[in-house]
Amino acid sequence: MTDRFSFNKSPGASKAAVVAAILIFFIFPFFAGDYAIDTAFFFGIYALLGLSLNIVLGEVGLFDLGHAGFYAIGAYTTAILNTVYGLPVLALAPVSAMAAALFAYLVCSPIIHLRGDYLCIVTIGMGEIVRLALINNPFNITGGPNGVFGIDFPSLGGFLVIDSSIEYYFLIWGVVGVTIWGLVRLQNSKIGRAWNYIREDEAAAGAIGVDVRKYKLLAFVIGAGIAGVAGNIYASKLMVVSPESFSFWESCLLFCIVLIGGMGSIPGVLIGAAFISLFPEIFRPFAMYRMLVFGSVMILMMMFRPQGFWPRKRGRFSPGKALLKQEGEA
Amino acid sequence: MTTRHGAGNQVVLETRGLTKRFGGLVAVADFDFNIHKGEICSLIGPNGAGKTTVFNVVTGIYKPEAGSVSFKGRDITGRKPHDIAAGGVARTFQNIRLFKNMTCMENVMAGQHCRIRSGILSSLFRTAAQRSEEQRVREIAEVRLRQMDLWRFRNELAKNIAYGSQRMIEIARALASVPSILVLDEPSSGLNPRETENLMEFLKELIVKEELTILLIEHDMNVVMGISDWVTVMDEGCKIAEGRPEKIYNDPKVIEAYLGSDGNGQMA
Repeated sequence: MTDRFSFNKSPGASKAAVVAAILIFFIFPFFAGDYAIDTAFFFGIYALLGLSLNIVLGEVGLFDLGHAGFYAIGAYTTAILNTVYGLPVLALAPVSAMAAALFAYLVCSPIIHLRGDYLCIVTIGMGEIVRLALINNPFNITGGPNGVFGIDFPSLGGFLVIDSSIEYYFLIWGVVGVTIWGLVRLQNSKIGRAWNYIREDEAAAGAIGVDVRKYKLLAFVIGAGIAGVAGNIYASKLMVVSPESFSFWESCLLFCIVLIGGMGSIPGVLIGAAFISLFPEIFRPFAMYRMLVFGSVMILMMMFRPQGFWPRKRGRFSPGKALLKQEGEA
Repeated sequence: MTTRHGAGNQVVLETRGLTKRFGGLVAVADFDFNIHKGEICSLIGPNGAGKTTVFNVVTGIYKPEAGSVSFKGRDITGRKPHDIAAGGVARTFQNIRLFKNMTCMENVMAGQHCRIRSGILSSLFRTAAQRSEEQRVREIAEVRLRQMDLWRFRNELAKNIAYGSQRMIEIARALASVPSILVLDEPSSGLNPRETENLMEFLKELIVKEELTILLIEHDMNVVMGISDWVTVMDEGCKIAEGRPEKIYNDPKVIEAYLGSDGNGQMA
């Protein structure tokens, strides 16, 4: 315990750190300007997108470089249904999630058996097809390269209208919070373990009874659904969606979030999202060097810390009470 | 050791006319064998004889071109590996395949995956049923780890423990699925003589204490002769002999397959 790094390992200290972080998140917007709050909002969007990709890439180890496609489906579903049919944005959040999830299910079913780089190439193609389809304005509903504009604020029957930066901030971080809660529960269940078994060794997972295909598809469907919700919030915040927001570059950024933070690690995703969203704002004067820094960071990460900044700590198991008793009797 | 092969014992696993080709190469040709309940059956043969291919066909990793596999009287030919595992066939691999970046406890818990039912919603809301299932999974894994003297490794990542212990974790993982038949692909390879001795003791004890059948591929003749009730010998994809270990040991065809012209008296 005299180890000077021991505070890292003490559960009390890390709990205190989490509480402090949450408090700062609650208090910070009341003292910050709109610019800072909006930056924090986009941090939240990237955190949510990072968490959604983390299921596919981090938990199951599937190389998905077309994740912006699911994000786009969610955003456009909300944009079109809201502007054309006037459906309320908040009610469209689950609809967007389901649309993206259904799309993921249909598109991924035939390709789910592909491994590693093969899957990667196909998902790149999928993301690009979504973007090009949006540009080509199918059935005259996506507005072509200009996109769809005039998307409403989220509101609850006129009582609570989310129209200021601070409200959007709480909306996105609320959703991030709920998502983290759900993902932590999944991580500590049969489902999360099955995902990790597949990532570690697909053949062994199959041989021990994990339905590899089913769990891979499940990861894609859940990941796409969460990305769809992110699209819903993004669309209402910007009030406009256009194909250029969902480019291949966006998928790459999401990939970086998961790789920088640590595959399968929820705190890691938050760090990665902070890096991707806050860093360019802080260093805006040096914007021309942004790509240089990004590239260098990725290279250095892969060389010196391939497991990410904050890799997931595996759960520890203490002896079961019933068994200890049994042993005592024996 | 008395042979329990044949009469009176139920056939657990049976292959009929099993054939598997890879391109022009016939890896397994018209292969028949029966495994009876409660026995340790070894599959031996020189390198490239097709033993692992038989395992992979039986456990669903490969689909055979012809022939059938039946398990406890049901035809399982061409079924998916996870389906076959859920039916009660658990296996290990020639080159250990653990979930390297997960703890030994999580590795062993994997065995129970196909035995529990909880889905997304029950996991999200931690229903009482889900919690009691999780508890049961942990207990089963704990019992196995303690029984095999691996409990102290529960929180270690699988990649960090010694090779011999990794082998045992892989067997523990297979056993945690409460299988009817345990299929071991060269369990003693890479183990030192002492670890091999312990493994043999463990398997012998297992077969007596639990309702289990064991099929193994093995190169170490001491293991084969020491624990098998029945030995099947393969060469070039075909069965060339089968019988009790003493008989196989002196079978001229087996000696020829193993030794060829190089007669130094040691089975490889």
